[in-house]
Formats: sequence, structure tokens, C-alpha cells
Amino acid sequence: MLVVENLTVEFPGRHGVFTAVEGISMTVAPGEIHGLVGESGAGKSTIGAAVIGLLQPPGRIASGSLRLGETDLRALTPEQAHRIRGKRISMIFQDPQTSLNPLMTIEDQLIETILAHEDIGTQAARARAIALLEEIGIENAAARIGAYPHQFSGGMRQRVVIALALCTNPELIIADEPTTALDVAVQSQVLELLRRLADTRGIGFILITHDIGVIAEITDRVTVLRGGRVMEAGATAQVLGAPTHPYTRALMAAVPRLDRKLERFLLPAVEGDAPDLPEAVDEAEYAANWLLSGLRHASSGPALEIAGLSVRFKGTRTSLFHAPEPFAALSDIALSVKPGTVLGVVGESGSGKSTLARAIVGLVNPAAGAMRFAGEGLPYGRVRARSHPVRRAIQMVFQDPYSSLNSRHRIGEILAEPLKLYGIERDPAQRRRLAGAMLALVGLAPDAIDRYPHQFSGGQRQRIAVARALLARPSFLICDEPTSALDVSIQAQVLNLLKDLQARFGLTILFISHNLAVVRQMADDIVVLKAGRIVEAGPSEAFFAAPQHPYSVELLSLTPSLALLDGAA
Amino acid sequence: MAYFILKRLIQSVFVMLAVAFLAFALFRFVGDPISQMTGVETTIADQERLREELGLNDPFLVQFARFSGKMLVGDFGFSYRTRQPIGEMLLSRIPATLELGTVALLISLLVGIPAGVYTALRPRGAVTQAILISTLVGVSIPTFVIGIFLIFLFGVQLGWLPTFGRGGTVQFGWWRSSLFTVDGWRALVLPALTLGVYQLTLTMRLVRAEMMEVMRTDFIRFATARGLPMRALHYRHALGNTMIPVITIIGLQFGGVIAFSIVTESVFQWPGMGLLFLESIRFVDIPVMGVYLVVIAFFFVLINLVVDLLYLAIDPRLRVKEAA
Repeated sequence: MLVVENLTVEFPGRHGVFTAVEGISMTVAPGEIHGLVGESGAGKSTIGAAVIGLLQPPGRIASGSLRLGETDLRALTPEQAHRIRGKRISMIFQDPQTSLNPLMTIEDQLIETILAHEDIGTQAARARAIALLEEIGIENAAARIGAYPHQFSGGMRQRVVIALALCTNPELIIADEPTTALDVAVQSQVLELLRRLADTRGIGFILITHDIGVIAEITDRVTVLRGGRVMEAGATAQVLGAPTHPYTRALMAAVPRLDRKLERFLLPAVEGDAPDLPEAVDEAEYAANWLLSGLRHASSGPALEIAGLSVRFKGTRTSLFHAPEPFAALSDIALSVKPGTVLGVVGESGSGKSTLARAIVGLVNPAAGAMRFAGEGLPYGRVRARSHPVRRAIQMVFQDPYSSLNSRHRIGEILAEPLKLYGIERDPAQRRRLAGAMLALVGLAPDAIDRYPHQFSGGQRQRIAVARALLARPSFLICDEPTSALDVSIQAQVLNLLKDLQARFGLTILFISHNLAVVRQMADDIVVLKAGRIVEAGPSEAFFAAPQHPYSVELLSLTPSLALLDGAA
Repeated sequence: MAYFILKRLIQSVFVMLAVAFLAFALFRFVGDPISQMTGVETTIADQERLREELGLNDPFLVQFARFSGKMLVGDFGFSYRTRQPIGEMLLSRIPATLELGTVALLISLLVGIPAGVYTALRPRGAVTQAILISTLVGVSIPTFVIGIFLIFLFGVQLGWLPTFGRGGTVQFGWWRSSLFTVDGWRALVLPALTLGVYQLTLTMRLVRAEMMEVMRTDFIRFATARGLPMRALHYRHALGNTMIPVITIIGLQFGGVIAFSIVTESVFQWPGMGLLFLESIRFVDIPVMGVYLVVIAFFFVLINLVVDLLYLAIDPRLRVKEAA
């Protein structure tokens, strides 16, 4: 149905022409889901944009042919191309939060889209829209169709997006990371829906994703891309079951496995890393010794102990006379972390994982409960003094490395800050020395110290964030989804780093993630949160071998996994 | 909804109290009111008697409460200069300023929004560049220069339009309007243009910037990928979302036009509140200045309330979440 041959897309720029994809050939048959997988910058989305004719200027198709059935997509005038959009090719975007017009009801958006391509009258369009929403799995569609996008949850919204892409009966749908912004539970529902639509309606899909687990779950064929070129292509079972290209193998090795715990990940070589120079090793050694010298071996008791912790948020007030019901973000949480171990906290979004982290570091105020850190009572955030020693001892690594570093400060200043703030090191020259040494320890080049955050990739920034946390000489590290914004290979790097540091310095880590496979690689113990309550807790290996609570079983079964390919391998 | 409005109204009361306090302080502390009211021939005893009669010896808070209370029932006191009640003076001036401001606002919206949309959709076109450059000139030239230039061209050289005053007016109750006679409109054109041109450039640039931002969002890309007609894309999807921040600025602008049309009103001798304010400053007519302050603050509060309600009408996310 769709035939792409030798597609090359260029972006002319001030510094010459940048070739985003080069010599791509692929086909999509009706009812087939064709996966495009690769890391960021691999050119996956560019291919999708080229097919639907929405390349961001100044991008242009330099050569190659694009044919949809009998139509040569490159020969179309802009008007003709626009008429084909929606009618024959549609697209699903990554983030359901931003891909719907917030000011229009979904009814208006659906009807408008149908009427743009077919002259069937408003009543018929409305009937079709309702039928479609029902088919897509929105209950009580006739009543809910009048709602605005913000009145739907993320998963439901993505269904609405899919309904919008479907309502004109296109032959081909390009799904650009359709589940990346969704929880595992919702993700598996959406993937199931795509598979069903391909099977029952015979729609061809191009599924763009960086997640090999997703590829393994639902695609028929897969094309592995890197740097705008095809590395390997073929039937999914064959490519993932018996990869022939070293990059495919490396990519798969970097995917955290749900079924086993790896000591270290093998990494595909990433450009821009510091080579292991002797000086760098010396520097890293210096930082390591500094960290070791500051370690105070805690008593045998738990590093962190929490009992009966509850956090409530005020609801939005809508009436003068009725106070809104407070929203219980966490209720009656009890857990304890042994020193030198990693506690994994898992749960879907909204389960209270991040609230737990924020309550521990004192960013939100609990309503009730007691927290003890290294045997001493931990005051609630509001009454915890700025100079309280725990503010140094517990450090945090945040999810988004793009917003957690001050973009106007040099790396050296960012790293020296904890040393200065906690009065660890008074001599500026020595502070700079330590900052440089710590960079070497997390595997960055020494010249990084005078650069700014925007000059680094996401993975490098996350390593800088880890270095900053370490410079406070913490005994307890809280990592809140530290890798969920990163590509698999970068994720593997950061996880390796955290594992190394943990093993070497005996750090105690609270590791929060929605990705069970990642948590499996890190955690010694596991806590499963659901709607602010702990539903299961226990040692990690036992948990993954035999989860007890039905919710845990469900979460595990929904996580996309490569396990199903092992049979083929 | 009702809760929202009520909350806003309560906030407004505090804003008005603060402004009233400022106005009162201006009246009470900038110079001695008695010595400003009386001449050199008034005896000390008479001055003291006057002070007692006017309640100027009462405690500060009592005076402020009396001041605010009188304001509330529409008693704004008397002007030093004209000895007239300030309420009447303002009432006779407000229609002129409101009409001028509204027409200027309409000019800025009717030209500014379409121009903003046009330049946003064709960011590289020759017409766009021409519009951008000419509006840059418009922003850079001070209002009074534009006014004098317009007077020179249309009033003096061409002799088409009158250069001062309101022209023919019609009386509706206390509202004297120049919108119902040809003469009135002829007199209104030049000052409204002068005031509107600056607003126009601001509106246009704002609409352009916001619209270009909105055109880059995912939902516009998604709507394009669905093949919606370009017209629906631009005017239904993009423009609606563009207007949310633009409305705030337009509201503030309108308040600004009413409050600070002083320069324009003085260039065209337009008998509005701005001109009254200017005259009051010249004669140190402090009571009028104080009341002017309060009235302008009241307009701002009113406009902001309207802007908030407009938000509510445009953006469903701000409405009370119904059970979805």
C-alpha cells in the first residue's frame, strides 16, 4: 500500500545541509503495523512527517519516491496533499494532553473533521462519531461526546485522538510515539486497540517508538534506524529474535529486562563520551576517595523509617459554603529502608510516588505520620530548619534533566553549589577541583566544567545531576524517575552509573519509577503504590518471581517485554 | 461561577479601598487643605473654625471613613478651582472619554487582529515585512507627534476635518454623545486615530506573536494532519487559542486608554476626563485629582472583572469541572 523508496530528507541550514534521513526504503501493507525504532535523532519522526507531507520548514525531500497505492505523494500540489491528509493518511501524536484543541468539545472536533472530508450532514457525522467512540472503548459515548478534552483522563484522551485520526477512514495511520506519555496499563490498552484496528479494519500503521518492548508487542515488521539510516529491517520476530546487526543487538541489550536482573548493561557506543584517559581515572579516584572519606557508617538500624504517613491536598474550591473534599495523595504509608540498599517504589501516575519523595525531602507537608532518618525524627517540611543536617544527607535526582539544572549557570557553579551551601568546602579552588573530579567520576570530560547545561545531551545532564547530588556527600539518594526522559541506551548508562556508585559507596537509594523492568534492575526491595496506598511490599526477587497482590500481577503482565521473543531466539 | 464572581468582587473591594486611601492621603497630606482653600485675608480664627467645620481635626481613621463613605454614596466633594461638585464635573466629562476610548479600541481591534493574523500566517511575505516595518515606525513615534501630524495634514493642509472639540453632540439624559451626528464623527476621527494607532501596533504584534506560537502547537499540527480546511484551522482552532492572552492585554490597554488619553485629549482639546485632569494639575486642584484616581481605578477593576468573565466564556478549562 505505502511504498517508500530511497527517501532522503534534508534540512538546509546556515552551516550547510543536514541530512536527517538517507536512503530509506520501506513498505506498509494494509492491516500491517510497521515499527520504526531508534534513539532520538535517528530520523524516525522525520520519515513520518515526510510521508504525511508535514516536514517542518526548511526540511525538504531531496530524493526518493513515496507512493500510497496509485498516488505519487511527491507529485501532489500542496492543495492536493492537504486533501489527502485525514482522508487517506492520518496521524496520532505523542502527547494526548496537547494534541486536542482545549477550547472545543470533542464532538465539535470530530464532526468538523468528518465534514471536512465527506459531505454527509451534521446528524450523520455525529452518529458516526458516537459509534466510533464506542468502538474505541469510550463508555456512554453519546453523553460524553459533548465534553471538553480536559475532562478526559490521559488514556481516554489518547483514545479520542485515535478516534479523530480514524473518523475519516484513512488507509494509513502514522502513530508517532502514541504511548510514550501513558502509563503501562493505559499503554497496553492503547496498543491493543491499534492492533485490533489493524486487524479488523485493515488499516496500515507506521508505529514510531523508541521502546523496543512496544515494538515486540504489536508490530508485524520493524525497521531499526540510527542516524537517519536503516540498520536492519524485516519481520519483527526475526529481527528481534535473531538480530544480525550489532546495533540492534546493542539496543536490545540495553533494554531492561523484566524477567531477569542484570549486573551491568552492555552499551552501544555513544559519541561524545570521555575516553578513559589516565588523568580522568586519577581524578575519578580522587573524587571517590573524597566521597569515601566523608562516609559515616550508620548504625545497623534502618536508614529511613516511615510510619502512618498521610499527605492530603486541598481540592479546588467551587462554592463559598462547602469546603472541598481534600484529596488524599498518600494514606497510611509505612516502609523502611535498610542502609546500603535500594528500595524501588512503583505505581502508575497519580499513585503518589513523587509525593512520597517530596514528603521525605520536605517539599510537601504531611497531614500525619512519623518519619525517622538514621534513627532520628525527621521534622515535617514546614518546620524543618533550613540548616537541618538532613537537608544535606538526603539528596534528590529529578526526572527531567532539562529543567533541573539552571541553564544560566556553568556546570562548575552548579556543582560547587552544594559544597558551598552545606559548608563542606570553603576554599573556592578546592571546590572547583572537587567538581572536576566528580565529573570524571560520573564519566564526563573535564572541559565540561566551564560549559552550560544546554551544551549537553539528556543523559549527560542526568549524570551532572547525579554528580551534584553526590557533592553534598549524601547518605541517602532519592531518584524520581531518573531515566524516564531518556533513550534506552542512555538509560542503560545512567543505570550503570547508579549501580556502580551504589555498590562502591554503599549509598541508600529510594528509586521511583513507573517502569517495572527498570526497577527490577536496581531494587533490592519493592513497594507497590496504588492510589496513595501500599498494596504490596517485599524483597525484589521474590516480588518478581511471585507477586502477591492482583494489582502487582496486573502491572507486571502489562509491562511490554522482550520475553515473548526469547522463544524465537 | 457565582463563587468565582463573588471572590473577584471581594478582591475588588480591597483594591478600591487601597486606592481610596491613596487618594485620601493625596488630599490630606499634600499641602494644607485649608490654606489652599482660603486666601491671605482669612484670619487664623476663621481658618480654625473652618478646620473644625470640615472635620479636619478629627482622628485620621475617622476622616478616612468619612471620605470613603461619602464616595460610596456618590458625594465626591467640591473642586477648589471651579467650586462645582466633582461628581457632576466628572459625569459631564466621562462620555467624551469613553466614546473616544471605545472608538480607538475598535480601530485597534478591527485593524490589529486581522493584520496580526495575516502577518502570523505569512511570516516571510513582502506585505508582512512592510506592515512590520511601518508599525515599528508607529510604535516609535510619540502619540502627540502623530496627533500634531494628523492635525497638520487633515486639519490644516487639506482642511477636511476639525482639529479640536467634540463637534455636534446629542444629549441622552446626562450622556452627551457625539456618535449620532456627522459633525461629531468628523471631530472624533482624528483623536481616535491618534489614540488607536499606537494600540493597533501593540495589538497586531501581540496577536502575531501569540498566533505564531499557537501555530506551532501539537493540536494545530494534529488538525493539519487531519486535513481540516485551512480556514477552520486558522480562524476556529488557532485564533480562539490566540485570543486568551490577547484579551488580558486588550483589557489593560482599554483601561490605559481611558486613564491616559491625557496627551491626545490635550492635543485635540477633547473635553474628556484627561483634559480635566490636566487642568486640575495646573491649578493644584487636589480633590479632583484624588477623585480622578479613584474613578480610574474603578474602571480598571471593572475591566479586569469583564476580562475574567471573558476568560471563563472562552476557556472551558476554567469553568467548574462538571462530572465527566
